[in-house]
Amino acid sequence: MNVVVLLKQVPDTTDVRIDRETNTLIREGVPSIINPFDMYAIEEGLRLRERAGGGTVTVMSMGPPQVEASLRDAIAMGVDDAVLLSDRAFAGSDTWSTSYTLAAGIRKRGAFDVVLCGKQAIDGDTGQVGPGVAELLDAPQVTHVRKIELGPDGVAEVERLMEDGTDVLRVRPPAVFSVVKEINEPRLPSLKGKMRAKKAEIAVWRAADLEVDARELGLDGSPTRVVRIFAPEARPGGKVLSGTADEVVAELAAELAAVVKGSQRG
Amino acid sequence: MSVSSIEVLDERCVGCELCVRACLYDAIEMRDDVAVIKDNCTLCGACVDACKFGAIILRKEAKEAATPDAYRGVWVVAEQRDGALHGVSFELLGKGRELADARGARLSAVLIGSGVEGLAKDLVERGADEVLVVDEPELAHYLDEPYAAVVADLIERHRPEIVLTGATTLGRSMIPRVAVRVKTGLTADCTGLAIDDESGGLLQTRPAFGGNIMATIVCPNHRPQMATVRHKVMKPLEPAPGRQGKVARERVAKTLLSSRAEFVRFVKDVTQTVNIAEADIIVSGGRGLGGSESFRLVEELARAIGGAVGASRAAVDAGWIPYSHQVGQTGKTVQPKVYIACGISGAVQHLAGMQSSKVIVAINKDPDAPIMRSATYAVVGDLFEVLPALTRRLRAELS
Amino acid sequence: MNFTLTEEQRMLRDLCAQIAREKILPVRAELDESGEFPWDVVKVMAASDIYGVYIPEEYGGLGGGVLEMCIATEELSRVCSGIALAFAASALGAYPILLFGSEEQKKKYLPDIASGKKLAAFALTEANAGSDAGAVETRAELSGDSYVLNGTKQWITNGGEAETYTVVARTSKGTGIRGISAFIVEKGTPGFTFGKKENKMGIRASATRELVFQDCRVPRENLLGREGMGFLAAMRTFDLSRPGVAAQAVGIAQGALDEALKYARHREQFGQPVASFQGLQFMLADMATQVEAARALVYLAARAADAGEKSMAKLSAMAKVFASDVAMRVTTDAVQVLGGYGYMKEYPVEKMMRDAKITQIYEGTNQIQRAIIASAVIKESAAKEKGE
Repeated sequence: MNVVVLLKQVPDTTDVRIDRETNTLIREGVPSIINPFDMYAIEEGLRLRERAGGGTVTVMSMGPPQVEASLRDAIAMGVDDAVLLSDRAFAGSDTWSTSYTLAAGIRKRGAFDVVLCGKQAIDGDTGQVGPGVAELLDAPQVTHVRKIELGPDGVAEVERLMEDGTDVLRVRPPAVFSVVKEINEPRLPSLKGKMRAKKAEIAVWRAADLEVDARELGLDGSPTRVVRIFAPEARPGGKVLSGTADEVVAELAAELAAVVKGSQRG
Repeated sequence: MSVSSIEVLDERCVGCELCVRACLYDAIEMRDDVAVIKDNCTLCGACVDACKFGAIILRKEAKEAATPDAYRGVWVVAEQRDGALHGVSFELLGKGRELADARGARLSAVLIGSGVEGLAKDLVERGADEVLVVDEPELAHYLDEPYAAVVADLIERHRPEIVLTGATTLGRSMIPRVAVRVKTGLTADCTGLAIDDESGGLLQTRPAFGGNIMATIVCPNHRPQMATVRHKVMKPLEPAPGRQGKVARERVAKTLLSSRAEFVRFVKDVTQTVNIAEADIIVSGGRGLGGSESFRLVEELARAIGGAVGASRAAVDAGWIPYSHQVGQTGKTVQPKVYIACGISGAVQHLAGMQSSKVIVAINKDPDAPIMRSATYAVVGDLFEVLPALTRRLRAELS
Repeated sequence: MNFTLTEEQRMLRDLCAQIAREKILPVRAELDESGEFPWDVVKVMAASDIYGVYIPEEYGGLGGGVLEMCIATEELSRVCSGIALAFAASALGAYPILLFGSEEQKKKYLPDIASGKKLAAFALTEANAGSDAGAVETRAELSGDSYVLNGTKQWITNGGEAETYTVVARTSKGTGIRGISAFIVEKGTPGFTFGKKENKMGIRASATRELVFQDCRVPRENLLGREGMGFLAAMRTFDLSRPGVAAQAVGIAQGALDEALKYARHREQFGQPVASFQGLQFMLADMATQVEAARALVYLAARAADAGEKSMAKLSAMAKVFASDVAMRVTTDAVQVLGGYGYMKEYPVEKMMRDAKITQIYEGTNQIQRAIIASAVIKESAAKEKGE
C-alpha cells in the first residue's frame, strides 16, 4: 500500500483579524499548524497501510522551510517519510500553480496507490488542489470521502458525503481522495514517533529537481491574482438589549417576529 | 524563474511596522528599524497596501494577455440530481444575468445528465438565453471524470469568458478539475461578483482566513474566468413563465463519457430531518447551556419559529448533541436569515461558520463574549429565563 | 522549569499535556461520577508509548527513569489524578519485577507492560497489614512446583483491571518482615478472584479492589528474588514509586492552582477582579511557592534515584510527605478561592480536593513517611558524630 498524503501548513486562523481603523491585520504571533483536515488524511493514510498489512506513507507539502516542522509532526504520528517542495519560485502560487507543483512532486516520487488530502485548507478554503492534482496526474478522484474500504479484488469502495446522504462509489487505484472529518479520529503522536521525527531526514526538492515548466510556477504561473484585501463590512445595527427577561423579550420578540415571518414566506 | 519580486526601499521605510502587522504569513521582520521581507513571502501585496510611505514595491511580471476578446458569453453550470435542479443554479443565473448584461453578452446555462432535457425550460424561465444540454445515459449519476470532461469540452468549443458553478459538494468536486483541464483560474466561494469598469474583467470577491479577511481576485490573462458561489448567497430572478430561449442539444465524443469510478448507490440520511446548511432559521446552543437536557429549550424555540437546531463545537464535543448539528469551521457553514446563538461565546471558528447570517441574535450572560460584537441583537441575560420567555412570545406573535 | 529538562523530557511532558487536554479533560467529570475505568485513555497512552517511559529499551520501553515516570504522572494528574493512576499504579506494579526479577521474568512480563497491552498492580495491603506491612497474613506455601496462595489483599489500585500482579505473601512461619516474599501472579490464574470495587472519596476513575486468593497455585518460577526478600522488594519499590505519588500530588496541586488563578482573574466583586485583593494574592503566592518547592523535591528525589543513589528512603519519603501535604493544602485553598463555586461539582476544584487526600495516605501514610525520615536523619547524625 503506497500512499502520498498532501499536507498544508496554515496559520491558525483563530487570531487572524483586520483592524477596521487601520485596515491592517491584527495577529499575535499566529502559530502555524497542520491544516486540521489534513490530519484526517494523515490518519487515513496510516490506517490504509495498517489494513493492508504494510506499505509506505509519504507526506508531501509545498511551502517555505518552516513547513518542515509540520512534516515532522506527521512523522511523529507514524508517517514513513516526508518531502518538502520548497523554492522561492513557488511563492505566490494560486491553486493552479500549487496543483501543478504538487503533481510534479508526486510524479518524481514515483508510483502510488492513493493520494490523500484534506477536504480544504482553513486559510484558503477552496478545496481545489485535490481535484487539480488528480486531473494533472490523470487519476480518478473522489472528494468529501468519509470511508475507504479496499476490497480483495484491489478495488476501493468509497463513500462520498453528500448534503443529504452518502454516495457509494467503486474505483480502482491509483486514485486521489480528499477526506472529511467524519472519516476517522486522528491519533496522537507517540514518543517513539517523535524521536524518529527528530532524527528524520526530510527530502527537500527545489524547482530544478522537478520536471516543471518555470512559467507555470509561483505568482507568475498563477492564473488568478489577489488585487485587494480588506476587512469584511461591519455588521449594521448591533443593538445591545439588557434588563429582565421580560423586558428584553418584549423588545426582541416584535423585531424577530417580523424577520421570521418574512423568511417563512420564503 | 519567477520574474515577480518584492522589495523594501530602505530610504522610505520609517520603521512604523504597519507592514509587519499587515502580513498574513509573518513574512516581514524589522532589522535595524527597517522592514525586511523574508523567504516565506507569498507576494500577496497586503504590505504594499498597508504602507503609507510607498516603501514597498511589488513588481508583477506583465504577461501577454491571452486574447480575451476571443471569449464571449457568461455561463452557468447548472446542477441537477435525480431530475431536480438545485436552487443554486437559479441564483447563479440571477447573478449571471447581471454580468452578461454588463458585458453585453449572452447568458447560457449548461445542463448535464440523463433524461434532463425537460429541465431546460426552467433554466430559461430563470434568465438563461440559451441552454446547452448534454443528455447521455452515462451521465445519469454524477461522476467526476465524465462531468468534468464534458464541461471542459464545451468550454473549449464555445469559449465563454465567464463560467459560474454552485459551490456544492458536487460543484466543488468537479469544477477544479475543469479549471485545470482548461488551464484557467478558479475562485471558490465568491460572495461578490462584478465586472470591472476599466478592464471588463470579472472581479471575484471572497472571504479568507475563516471569514476574517475579504479578498478581491481577478484572472487577467486566462479564459474563461471561473468562479463558484455557495447556495443562498446570490439572488435568483423571479421565474418568467413563457420566456423564450434557445435549447441546444450538444453531442460529445463517447471517450469523454468514460469513468474509472463507478456509481454503486446513494444512501439517504434519515436521521437528519432538517439539513441546517439549508435552513433559513437556526437556533443554536453552546457551552452556556450547561448540559444536554438544556438543549430542550433550544429545540422548543426552534420548533416555535420553524427553525433548525445548531450547536457550537463545545456542545458537540461535550456529547450534548450530534456532530451533524455543529456549526463552524470544522462543522457546517450556514447562511440563514436568522441565527439565534444561545450560550455561545463566539470563538472565531464558530463565527466562521455563521457570520454570513442576515440577522444574528446572541443570548449570553457575558456582555463581552466575542459573539456579542457580531450580533444584530446582543441580548445580555440568563438564557434559562430568556429562551422560554422568547419562545412563549414568539409562539403568540406567530400564531 | 524548561532549563532543567532535556529535550526528550520536554517532548514527553508536552505529549502528556496534550493527551491530558484532548483525551482526559473531556471525560474526567463523567468518570469521577460513574467510577468507570478509563480504558479509552489507557489505549491512547499506550499508543503514544507512555507506558514504557521508565522501562529499559531491551524490554520494549524507552529507557527513561524515575524522572520520566514522574513527569508523565504529574502532567496527567494536573487534569485528573484518578485517570493518571491507570499509568502510575501500573508502574508501581512493574517496579518489583524491574528491580528483583530474573532475566526470564523481565523478558516475560515487562514488554506487555511497556506497551500498555497489560496493566500491572502491586498488592501488599491487607485488612490487618496497613502501615504494619510486616503483618502480612496471606500465605504462600510451597507445594511441588507451585506456591499455593491463600488470603485477601485489600484496596489494590488497578485491581481487577490489571493482568500482572506483584503480590507480597508470607512463605515462612512466624511473624515479622523476614518471612514474606514477593510473587508475580497473572489474572485468570485459578483461585485468584476479585472482591468488590471500592466506592471512594476521590480518585474515583481509578479501580480499587480486593484480591482474593483461595488455593491459588502460582508457578514456582514466579517467585521474585528469593524467599524472605518480600519486605525488601516492597521497600525498594516504594523508594522509586513514592516520588511518583509525590508527582501525582504536585500535578493535583498545580491543576488546582491553575483553576484558582484563572477564576480569581475573572471573578469580580466590589468592582474589581478578586485577584486584586491582597488577601487572595497572599494565598495564591503561598500556594504557588509550595507547589514549586514540592516539584523541586520530587525532581531531586527522582534524579537521585536515576543517578543510582543507593539509600533513597529518606529522599523519597520527603518528596512524598511534602508534596502530598502541599496538595491537600493547595486544593483546600483553591476551593476557598473559588468560594461557593468551589464547592459545586460543576467546577473541578472540589474533585481535586477529594483526590488529594489519598496522597497523604497510600504508599505509606505520611506518619510512616515521617518515621522513615526521622530514622534516617537520626542515623545520619549519629554516623557523622562518630566520624568526627
